[in-house]
Amino acid sequence: MGAAVARRESPRSPLTQLRWVVQDSWTVARRHLLHIRYMPEKLADVTIQPLIFVFMFAYIFGSAIVVPGGHYRDFLMPGIFTQSMAFASMSIMVGIVNDMSKGVMDRFRSLPMSRAAVLIGHTGANLIESVLGLIVMTGSGLVVGWRADLGLWPTLAGFGVLLLFGFAMTWIGAFVGLFLRSVEAAQGFGMVVMFPLTFVANTFVPTQGMPAWLRVIANWNPTSAVVAACRQLFGNSISTPQASTVWPLAHPVIAALIWCGVLIAVFLPLAVWRFRWAMSR
Amino acid sequence: MSGTAGGGGVAIRARGVRKHFGRTEALRGVDVTAERGSVLALLGPNGAGKTTMVRILTTLLRPDAGQVEIAGFDAIREANEVRYRIGLAGQQAAVDEYLSGRANLEMVGRLYHLPTRAARQRADELLDRFGLAEAGQRLVRTYSGGMRRRLDLAASLVAAPPILFLDEPTTGLDPRSRVGMWEEIEALVDGGTTLLLTTQYLEEADRLADQIVVIDAGKAVATGTPDELKRSVGGERVDVRLRETRQLEAARQAIAEATGRTPDVDAESGHLTVPVDAGAAALTAVVRELDAADVGIEDIALRRPTLDEVFFKLTGHAAGDLSPDGEQIVRGARREEVS
Repeated sequence: MGAAVARRESPRSPLTQLRWVVQDSWTVARRHLLHIRYMPEKLADVTIQPLIFVFMFAYIFGSAIVVPGGHYRDFLMPGIFTQSMAFASMSIMVGIVNDMSKGVMDRFRSLPMSRAAVLIGHTGANLIESVLGLIVMTGSGLVVGWRADLGLWPTLAGFGVLLLFGFAMTWIGAFVGLFLRSVEAAQGFGMVVMFPLTFVANTFVPTQGMPAWLRVIANWNPTSAVVAACRQLFGNSISTPQASTVWPLAHPVIAALIWCGVLIAVFLPLAVWRFRWAMSR
Repeated sequence: MSGTAGGGGVAIRARGVRKHFGRTEALRGVDVTAERGSVLALLGPNGAGKTTMVRILTTLLRPDAGQVEIAGFDAIREANEVRYRIGLAGQQAAVDEYLSGRANLEMVGRLYHLPTRAARQRADELLDRFGLAEAGQRLVRTYSGGMRRRLDLAASLVAAPPILFLDEPTTGLDPRSRVGMWEEIEALVDGGTTLLLTTQYLEEADRLADQIVVIDAGKAVATGTPDELKRSVGGERVDVRLRETRQLEAARQAIAEATGRTPDVDAESGHLTVPVDAGAAALTAVVRELDAADVGIEDIALRRPTLDEVFFKLTGHAAGDLSPDGEQIVRGARREEVS
């Protein structure tokens, strides 16, 4: 055997253990980022698909949508940003289902690596993908004429809210992925849950025109709060008289933060619980 | 083949291992022991509990009851110590399809906490050794089934583990790749690695193993060396094929004279078979009598029962007794496949 291989021992000190959690997490995350190099289409969820939506809504549907007191493209972009954050959770869902079903998870489990690193690496890589997607979309938004008008800090705060939402959705994706048995099921889940979640909201059109029952759902949809927060922070708000009567849309930034906090508080522990269960099975 | 050379000591020891999944009893109290440097085969049909046993021995599963000691460490309380000392190649090639072969091995090296350079060097070493040096930069997705298995085996060897677990290492391989895999395994064992492998192939267990544990329906039904198992079924016999079938009657009498038993006769092929107790001595006696009777012999041999026969006798069904959809029919009852 190669002299390169010296027998390693389990870490005794908490500090070494922590270092290995970080190092192992990075190794797992790096693997996903390498996937992007070999298979750029993996980023489709957060790049090509939002681009298609940008051009479809900006030029096709947008030509027939009139938003009072503003330009539709300004109205549209925060919606697209938010939608792509939601869709990014599909990638971690599929990734986890793949690892579970193809035996990669078993390989990890037979290694003396940190258990937590598997989950942290997956979610970390997912967040990095989301950032890459945001960069691509911001560029395309600028191309079609979208602008953030309120200066640097509110704009950064807007992206911060988006990433926080992306982080919350990642944990939902991880949790659901740990239950599903096939990639097809994950894709089906995306169709059934992601589309209503991102369409029954103020993402593409104001909610005022929706039937009353649908409007209630849309107004209280976390997606709506995040979209409205971005519109406010990017200065893309339009004057809609009724909007202010609904609490989450009247206080969108606080509502978005609360929603993200709640989603993380619920789904992060659930995902960790399910992950531990799956790892000890 | 290897002896138990490489020093004494027990590498794998499991006592009374039980595991159930829901209502299915996957393991019902299994003991296995492997001496350091030896090869132990778990032999059994699909659903017998082999994979469950391997998952318990490799710390992937906690047993409901029983003790497991690997390299002197408790597999439950000191799981991480165990993980530094074992390699596992499962039934599926657990490699990442969307990484290159090299990146796969490097990743595993890093997860064993090898320094980056050492992980890279080790990856190249293993690619070379398994004939994957040229394919090393390619995506695993483009690999053939045999190449994936070799990469998977390489991944299990990254940390040069003293104890290796191979779960059905040749299932699904074509005959040539299978022989190639056997040669790799034999080379590892010659290097002093303790090996536990599971297999449905009797030929494989016969060729590779020092000790065989036959598992059926969650229980170890027999343990021993391949020879011991064959002998335990008893029934050595002498097979004679005649040069000319017209001498059948003379041959039958000569054999009855030599062994005191009436042989089974296949008149068409000129084949006679007789059970014997005395082994080689009986063979000599038969040859002598046939010679004296001037019977021409095309072929004569002392046959021991094959592991197939052993398996059938021990379990009441054949090793490959599977329905087409992969589920096994055991004594009329369909059992949930446990894996």
